Amino acid sequence: MTDVPAPRHIPDRLDKPFSSAVFSWEALLVVVAVAIFAINSFASPYFLDPYSLSDLTFNFTEKGLIAFAMALLIISGEIDLSVAAIIALASTMMGMAVQAGAGTPVLVLIGIVVGLGCGAFNGLLVTRLGLPSIVVTIGTMSLFRGIAFIILGDQAYKGYPESFAFFGQGYVWWVVSFELVLFLIAAVVYWFVLHRTSFGRRVFAIGNNPVAAQFSGVRVGRIKFILFCLTGLMSGIASVLITSRLGSTRPSIAQGYELEVITMVVLGGVSILGGAGSILGVVLAAFIMGLVTFGLGLLNVPGIVMSIFIGLLLIIVIALPIVWRRLRGGR
Amino acid sequence: MKTFLKYREIWLLAAIVVLIGLISTRFPAFADPGNLRQVFNDTSILMILALGQMVVILTRSIDLSMASNLCFTGMVVAMLNAAHPAIPIPLLIVIALVVGLVLGAINGLLVWRLNIPSIVVTLGTLTIYRGATFVISGGAWVNADKMSPDFIGFQRAAFLGIPVLSWIAVLVIALFFVLMTRTALGRSIYAIGVNPTASVYAGIDVGRTKFIVFCISGMIGGLSGYLWISRYVIASVEVANGYELNIIAACVIGGISIAGGIGSVGGAVLGALFLGIISNALPVINISPFWQMAISGSAIILAVVLNARGERQQGRIILRKVEAA
Repeated sequence: MTDVPAPRHIPDRLDKPFSSAVFSWEALLVVVAVAIFAINSFASPYFLDPYSLSDLTFNFTEKGLIAFAMALLIISGEIDLSVAAIIALASTMMGMAVQAGAGTPVLVLIGIVVGLGCGAFNGLLVTRLGLPSIVVTIGTMSLFRGIAFIILGDQAYKGYPESFAFFGQGYVWWVVSFELVLFLIAAVVYWFVLHRTSFGRRVFAIGNNPVAAQFSGVRVGRIKFILFCLTGLMSGIASVLITSRLGSTRPSIAQGYELEVITMVVLGGVSILGGAGSILGVVLAAFIMGLVTFGLGLLNVPGIVMSIFIGLLLIIVIALPIVWRRLRGGR
Repeated sequence: MKTFLKYREIWLLAAIVVLIGLISTRFPAFADPGNLRQVFNDTSILMILALGQMVVILTRSIDLSMASNLCFTGMVVAMLNAAHPAIPIPLLIVIALVVGLVLGAINGLLVWRLNIPSIVVTLGTLTIYRGATFVISGGAWVNADKMSPDFIGFQRAAFLGIPVLSWIAVLVIALFFVLMTRTALGRSIYAIGVNPTASVYAGIDVGRTKFIVFCISGMIGGLSGYLWISRYVIASVEVANGYELNIIAACVIGGISIAGGIGSVGGAVLGALFLGIISNALPVINISPFWQMAISGSAIILAVVLNARGERQQGRIILRKVEAA
């Protein structure tokens, strides 16, 4: 990243003793989440209804899915600003396929393959040509969404098959939506990959010191390439969900999602400089962002004002531990 | 190094000349001096913004909040003008500069005092400043009919046959040129980007310089706020939404390294002009404006591929780790 990184260390063991768990980032997030939950249930009588709570989950599941892959990417010291543009391009391709008469399975496949392809394109540019990912993905962000604009202009694709609506609107059981189930499954999978496999350890190692990782026999380029592909893949999946939920495609779909996804990841305690972070934190941050937007929505607060709260939350949650440490350190 | 930098800008200039040449094969009037002056005027705001972003990027930081700052400050001056049309325009410009400066100083303080990475700080203030625009305006627009004739006319007035807006751009370019090449602050900004650790040993206050840099980008954002609103004569929450990435794109095309320390005033100006020429040319050569986004995206990727060849990637990473110790 562009800033001078702070000194870091890799712990030998990921499991923390109880005392440090109490003061961890995740604990802070749990407190924030519980506080917002409590405020919400006092502020609006409609909040504690299971159907409202189910609606709430739609606020973060799609972005959360991308946030998991983005968390791994940011931990490895890279970033992908093109995720929302990948959603737009994948959605446009699915729209084209619908016009050509494609069925639901083909649509899902197209969404996922386009996402994966875009991710691989980013990955190739970054790892093969050694370019800074922030610039590459600013470029591909314009390129991917630009292609969607060239194809669609000011038009929109509609007429998705009825069975396609399940992914974004369907419920698996009672009020538990398909999107929520997918989010939870992805959370478990990404938690396992990052915290319980050697692949995850390598991701941390690369983020802490890519040169040392390289000399330790970690294939830095290949792992980063895989992470870009994963981020593209998750964006493709999110594209299927969003397109299915909205039932139409415009080239401006999911505009600005990239910054919300990154906010989610950073709020979740992932160091923007790489090398540190956890999936649990990202899950909690996703819940918090969903709670804030939904709770304020129930109180008829406009979306743009909610974004102030998200922005403040991001800065305060990151500044708090720093200020706290200073005060205790007597500086 | 210096000759290398010049080399890079000459290539960009050549690319722009070729671009203009290609466009004039389809539409000969494009290369007319009158039209080129118009293109320069249309690109003025982007050039000014790119210069403000450049000083930030040179110090290995980034300011994602510039477009939101522009939106907020623009709304402030537009509302002031609508409520008190008697306030003279120069005073409004000063107010815009001060409001922008305050917003920039908030970014700068968070980066300097709390050591939060600039990308995180400005990601937060990006949404906060735009949200604050909604709060002060109540979501309402300020339309052309509420603005005073002076407010709209100031930048359009011709001075020596060239609009005031272009003159402001020329003035800002000149100021930045002096700042970057003739002052100690300019040298410090480059030094921090090339090697922060060595800068500390050389007696440069890295944190304070970063603070100043964010104040500069904030003032630029504020100034552009007035210029933008009086140019497009509408102030709303949606003004310049997503424009922060266009500003960074102009810098990247202009050869400013996102890793800091490399870049020049000429590069930022040419990078902005490149994007400005494309957006001006597409309608006249009958290409749908919907192509613009994909073209500038390709230009960014191409620019970074070409620029990266000169940068010593591996050396940089090792240097960064030394600083961390």
